[in-house]
Amino acid sequence: MIRVVLPPNLRTLAGVGREVQVEVQGAATQRAVIDALESGYPALRGTMRDHLTQRRRPLVRFYACEEDLSDEAPDTPLPDAVVNGTEPFLIIGAMSGG
Amino acid sequence: MSTVRLLVGTRKGAFVMTSDEKREKWEVSGPHFAGWEIYHLKGSKANPNRLYASQSSGWFGQVLQRSDDGGQTWEAVGNQFQYEGEVSTHKWYDGSPHPWEFARVWHLEPSLTDPDTVYAGAEDAALFRSEDGGQSWQELAGLRTHPSGPSWAPGAGGLCLHTIVLDPSDPDRIFAAISAAGAFRSDDKGQTWRPINRGLRSEGIPDPNAEVGHCVHRIAMHPSRPEVLFMQKHWDVMRTDDAGETWTEISGNLPSDFGFVIDVHTHEPETIYVVPIKSDSHHFPPDGRLRVYRSRSGGNEWEALTKGLPQRDCYVNVLRDAMSVDSLDSCGIYFGTTGGQVYASADAGDSWTAIVHDLPAVVSVEAQTLS
Repeated sequence: MIRVVLPPNLRTLAGVGREVQVEVQGAATQRAVIDALESGYPALRGTMRDHLTQRRRPLVRFYACEEDLSDEAPDTPLPDAVVNGTEPFLIIGAMSGG
Repeated sequence: MSTVRLLVGTRKGAFVMTSDEKREKWEVSGPHFAGWEIYHLKGSKANPNRLYASQSSGWFGQVLQRSDDGGQTWEAVGNQFQYEGEVSTHKWYDGSPHPWEFARVWHLEPSLTDPDTVYAGAEDAALFRSEDGGQSWQELAGLRTHPSGPSWAPGAGGLCLHTIVLDPSDPDRIFAAISAAGAFRSDDKGQTWRPINRGLRSEGIPDPNAEVGHCVHRIAMHPSRPEVLFMQKHWDVMRTDDAGETWTEISGNLPSDFGFVIDVHTHEPETIYVVPIKSDSHHFPPDGRLRVYRSRSGGNEWEALTKGLPQRDCYVNVLRDAMSVDSLDSCGIYFGTTGGQVYASADAGDSWTAIVHDLPAVVSVEAQTLS
């Protein structure tokens, strides 16, 4: 299971707490994690990435293991610590707006 | 015993306010969707407990919510708003062509007869329709692809389709308004559209007969006379008696004819309401006095309604979707401000009380009268 920490507005939308756990099919990648989140919590569809292009929304960032993974290709494998559940995958609303 | 339910959208969530027909004591629930911008909520006339809400965020995009119990519980429905066909460009602020991009839903207009059918007005300007309770959305692309579309330019708030008016006597007829393109009418259920802006005069548009380019802020209709429309334009209050074929100015003695809201008394089709705002550079009431103006003659002759409203040091705005009327015998009028107040009048505007004082900035107010 992969631990995912959601930003407050998406917790409200999905009706969950700070952290959720998802099981991914195949390789653990950003795409697989978002696929699993959107499947488990349909209200989140389109809020982290564009429906059609699948591109990350500009003010959504992905962090793990103190690294900014936002600009990694979506099929890049996630760090081992995220895959084995030691560290969470962080979805963050970028600081923006003053 | 009837009740009134107000659906209030704010910059940081939605609120639902209910009262009995005296409209003296209100129960307030919310914030629903705390932290999210709620541009608009509206209930179905065919099933008043079916509500739709437009929830959005600069970070997380557009979400559409639906309630089947009058706003007690909500379900996120479809939020995929895809422009039909090859997407072209409209004019950007600097005059350059700019690709059409979906930003958010400004306004939701449920069908008058079918709770599962609802229209959504979007930024960048487009009209969408769902026939399955909001699960899926299809663009009525005849509006956006009108030949004038490439010349449409955004107003200060964006190129937004903010007003949708359905004709209760003719299910084929729909009115829509776009800032800053103007007003449009369809007579074939939204398939084809034509501009209805003859008679509008807008500073900065040298051509007095310009087909588009007008910054219409809001249009209101009384259901008993669907040929008559009232418009608050960027500047000027206007009316048409022929479904938009020609418009005439009815600003009359208003202290300012700039403003956003306009609405019609439930039982008096010639009684209309506006909230004058000083100017497009000030966005607050003239003289720091919050005044609703009422005309009982369909325009031109206006009286200030001030009882219960702040008459000094008031510098709030009242946004385009933030006024509504109920349908009780003594018509109730409601409006919300960017200062977070929601004011109610149970006597057609003669006197006002604040239901709440300190909400986030109010974007929209819709009144429902429930039997």
